[in-house]
Amino acid sequence: MKKLMRVSGWLPVLFLVLNLSFLLGTKVWADDLAGFVGKSGTLRISGGTAHIPVMKEIAGLIMKRATEIRISVAGGGSGLGIKQVGEGLVDIGNSGRKPTSNEVQKYGLILYRWALDGVGVIVNKDNPVQSLSQSQLQEIFSGRIKNWSQLGGVDKKITLVSRDQASGTRKVFWKKALEKGDISSRALVVSSNGAMKSAVLHNPYAIGYASLGFLDDTVAAVALDGVAPTLANVRSGAYPVVRGLFSNTKGSVSGLTKEFINFLYSQKGQEIILRKGLIPVAQ
Amino acid sequence: MSGTLQVVFSGRRLLFLVTAGGVFVTLSILVFMIVLGLPLFTSNSFSLILTQDWAPDRGFFGIFPFICGTLAIVTLSLLLAFPLSLGNAVLIHLLLPPVAAKFLHRVVKMMTGIPTVIYGFVGIFLLVPFVREWFDSGSGMSILSAALLLALLISPTMILVFVESFAAIPKSQVRAVAALGGNLRQKLIYLYLPGAQNGILTGLLLATGRALGDTMIALMVAGNATAQPESLLDPVRTLTAHIALVMAADFDSIEFKTIFACGIILYLWTATLTLTLRFLPYGVLKSRLNRGLS
Repeated sequence: MKKLMRVSGWLPVLFLVLNLSFLLGTKVWADDLAGFVGKSGTLRISGGTAHIPVMKEIAGLIMKRATEIRISVAGGGSGLGIKQVGEGLVDIGNSGRKPTSNEVQKYGLILYRWALDGVGVIVNKDNPVQSLSQSQLQEIFSGRIKNWSQLGGVDKKITLVSRDQASGTRKVFWKKALEKGDISSRALVVSSNGAMKSAVLHNPYAIGYASLGFLDDTVAAVALDGVAPTLANVRSGAYPVVRGLFSNTKGSVSGLTKEFINFLYSQKGQEIILRKGLIPVAQ
Repeated sequence: MSGTLQVVFSGRRLLFLVTAGGVFVTLSILVFMIVLGLPLFTSNSFSLILTQDWAPDRGFFGIFPFICGTLAIVTLSLLLAFPLSLGNAVLIHLLLPPVAAKFLHRVVKMMTGIPTVIYGFVGIFLLVPFVREWFDSGSGMSILSAALLLALLISPTMILVFVESFAAIPKSQVRAVAALGGNLRQKLIYLYLPGAQNGILTGLLLATGRALGDTMIALMVAGNATAQPESLLDPVRTLTAHIALVMAADFDSIEFKTIFACGIILYLWTATLTLTLRFLPYGVLKSRLNRGLS
């Protein structure tokens, strides 16, 4: 069972890597990855969970090309990423919000914003309610609307799912979608974008929110005031719940860390970012 | 001769150092938590933290709902697990034929080794949907779900300690009761339960400690909501889950400081349990035995 899970967990990654090498001429990525060849060492990354799909894929590509390099990618949330990079526990601390001026000053952080991300409202695939107005959303999350039948759905209690205090996703959702309105204290709390998706996937009456990079066919994305949370709508500015994704380092960096950051802005890096459902941003 | 003495002496010194080290680390953890949580005590906000609700967006940083949540889950899981474990121990020690008893004993022993995250994982997929549909109230992530899984987690420890303490009852007494023609009920009430009282209390306290300290099950299955629970089907957050969730917050924030309040409470609870374990049972047992003999 355990073995099976491990293998099946790696399959999509393997598949993507294989796909990639077929789709692209070796020449393109030979250029962008050339800086890593012959290098060795370890690179530790942690923090925002919205960053993880991109980070993992890039880490896989690099480690495949330069086998002497080890890259570890961990979650923990934006707050943790900023804290750990500030304390020197990791080389790159990711955050789904801009670090506060206090944090930047205290740790001497340098910020790299490499993508735009939308935060979409998600419900279970079987839920007939897949479009809400912003004021409806605010009433749902404050706990004033309690039952799906009030929104034209089944007669079942709404299960709110939210994130912990350290989450950048929560912060931007609270600020831009809820306009700093209350989040009911009865809401369940999960600790990553992945856990959010699985909570909504396994509960037909749940509503939550997650990074665009995590939206796929397994859950239904809710249109907000008629605007669906899609890449095109984020890029055009029609979808309002948008934030920057940051990778932060302590002071200016060199070597492997620098190469990794540069790769995020390379042509290949930006292709990966786009394919993971985010919008790449130039340096 | 002097060589042996020296070995004994240095061995004793080594053991002393190890023990002193253990005590030092344990105490310094408490000191560490109090020192880092000091701003809470000095700013007089400690009582607020202990009594208020948790709503950081509105400036409330109380952990009272989490204290209630922890106590609710632990109490319910003990209520479920204690009779179950006692019955199971009686089954293993008295009722089953030796082969079956041995098998059950092995299974229980194996269960103590299952990591708690496995219970949490299985709970999410099997128990939570069941509770959600069966009771038709909320998400299924609730005090009830967490307590059921926690009962499963702490039962093996209790069963093993109970069986051990049943086995420690002198054979002469067992034979004496049998010779007097005592039936099962009489054996239990007059011999096994009083005789194993010490062990039963020990098992219960050990299980309580384990239930208090467990993080994964509550984090995965209890829902982590910050509201004060009103029914067994409400989601709650335990003190341990709160620590795990807020760990990632900004180090200087009040949110983060509340971790130390949680830590201190858990530490003191566990310390009380351990001290009770150390001092109480022997006295109780002795007086009971004396009364029984006179």
